[in-house]
Amino acid sequence: MFRLFSFFLLLCLSVGVRAELTIDIVGGAAQQIPIAVVPFAQSPSPGDNMAAIIGADLRRSGLFRVLETRGVANQPSDAAGVRYAEWSALQAQALTVGNIQTLPGNRLKVSFYLMDVLKQNQLVGMEFEFTPAQYRITAHRIADIIYEKLTGEKGVFATKISYVTRTASHYTLQVADADGFNSQTMLTSKEPIISPAWSPDGTRLAYVSFEKKKPIIYVQSLSSGQRYVLANFKGNNSAPSWSPDGKRLAIVLSHSANSQIYTINADGTGLQPITRSSTIDTEPVWAPDGQTIYFTSDRGGSPQIYRVPAQGGNPQRVTFSGGYNVSPRVSPDGKLLAYIGLVEGRFRVAVQELTSGQVRVLSDTAKDESPSFAPNSRIILYATNVGGRGTLAAVSADGSVKQRLSESGSNVREPAWGPASK
Amino acid sequence: MNKQLMASLLVVLLLGACSNKAAKDASAPVADKSPAMADTGAPAAGGDTVASVVADDESGKSALLNDPSSILYKRSIYFDYDSDTINAEYRPLIEAHAKYLLAHPNARMVLQGNTDERGAREYNLSLGQRRAVAVKRVMNVLGVQDTQIETVSFGEEKAKLGCAAESCYKDDRRVDIAYQVEK
Repeated sequence: MFRLFSFFLLLCLSVGVRAELTIDIVGGAAQQIPIAVVPFAQSPSPGDNMAAIIGADLRRSGLFRVLETRGVANQPSDAAGVRYAEWSALQAQALTVGNIQTLPGNRLKVSFYLMDVLKQNQLVGMEFEFTPAQYRITAHRIADIIYEKLTGEKGVFATKISYVTRTASHYTLQVADADGFNSQTMLTSKEPIISPAWSPDGTRLAYVSFEKKKPIIYVQSLSSGQRYVLANFKGNNSAPSWSPDGKRLAIVLSHSANSQIYTINADGTGLQPITRSSTIDTEPVWAPDGQTIYFTSDRGGSPQIYRVPAQGGNPQRVTFSGGYNVSPRVSPDGKLLAYIGLVEGRFRVAVQELTSGQVRVLSDTAKDESPSFAPNSRIILYATNVGGRGTLAAVSADGSVKQRLSESGSNVREPAWGPASK
Repeated sequence: MNKQLMASLLVVLLLGACSNKAAKDASAPVADKSPAMADTGAPAAGGDTVASVVADDESGKSALLNDPSSILYKRSIYFDYDSDTINAEYRPLIEAHAKYLLAHPNARMVLQGNTDERGAREYNLSLGQRRAVAVKRVMNVLGVQDTQIETVSFGEEKAKLGCAAESCYKDDRRVDIAYQVEK
């Protein structure tokens, strides 16, 4: 019986094992920082050296040129061992070295150092204790520290993303590390799943599931898998968006008429109407100050983005260029509005500076959907279609760095970037 | 026990094992205790009850609605691009279903709006809803109350895969009539 139970456990776990997303970079920043990341000394040597994970993170950001270090004779594992001349010769501006020790009780300790090769001094020296299961997340945290020290901006390597996959037989809601590794299945359904939205504390996802043959909003805990129905009113229940304090959600209900925007407490009580029109009002999203809700409406004849006070009031139009502007998302720093615009016959990611109103079209793809900001406001993750297959892509908010994320064998869509790690 | 039943029981056991594992954290609010696996196709209880459910299903069926020669057998209303205007050719179809609802006050209908795949999913969900509402309003004018009709939308979610031309987009822009309760 014990063996039978083990078999079940194995099957349960295997639900989470699936093809990983792979990420390709297109383009890069004009000025990349040349950095050397020396393999961390560790015995026994692991499959993936921590330095390789850190280097891949930095390279993927498009802001770093990660140098080949194998030709350097001396491979230091701490600050004292660094001979700067060798790294200047490699034209490195920055250098990361480190080592990992095994502690009693199956724990590990990493010590790492970030050196300024030009000034020949140490910028960072830190130690972390972690379990073997935390190996990758620890690497991502170190990459975040290096990124912030050298660029002045918060890193987003130790964050999570969610997305929906579609295969011939079913849909799944996935949560993965920001580099596409460690994908885990949160929900499997024969019916569509759309519009996943992270709670601000990163512990829950709200999403729309069609499993009962109509759109119903659920909220599900990442750690326990338990979920509850947030909204199941007559008609459609869709487009959940969390308020910045996590206490309420903006949602869209249709009842027996057109889609309208409401807010509701996170426990499903306290429903309050926000818009009252005879036209379509949908895709609400909270501005980070919690005072304003941006949304899509066709009240002017074509779908455009509007904003309304979060307590309700008179909507004001926000987008003016083009005849189809939908799916608004406000950057976490409150400065940019990303959306999907129909530009020259193609659905593309655009951003508008909220103070100046200036618009930039960022993507060069054609069927873009569902933009989602990284917590540092620097990258926009979105869904697109390449060769007839749904895939994810990312573009930096200045348009200089582009990435493609693809998963073999399935259609990927509906990305949502989780909040900053604690 | 046949192999299929055995397999079904295994799935039930397996789901039970998974959900028990997930249920340890009691701090999360619980309104829906089902495991986070929607519509897996696994029977809810022992395999023996499945056959009788299928047999019972027939008792609620309406001969009128299921007669292929009846206009009531037709269940789809098609629309032009970005439009919720009901073309005249569908009036007899809508009138027949309205008449059926008026004659069968316990019957319950769901109008399911659909769009083609172009554009944003949530916006298309609202566009599909607008089409379902347009059909419902005609039925309202014919005397049918909202208590008998629910309008929902699948947006672009049921659109044909790999469609890239009007020849198949036009099949996606429709409202389907589904009966939750037939009589």
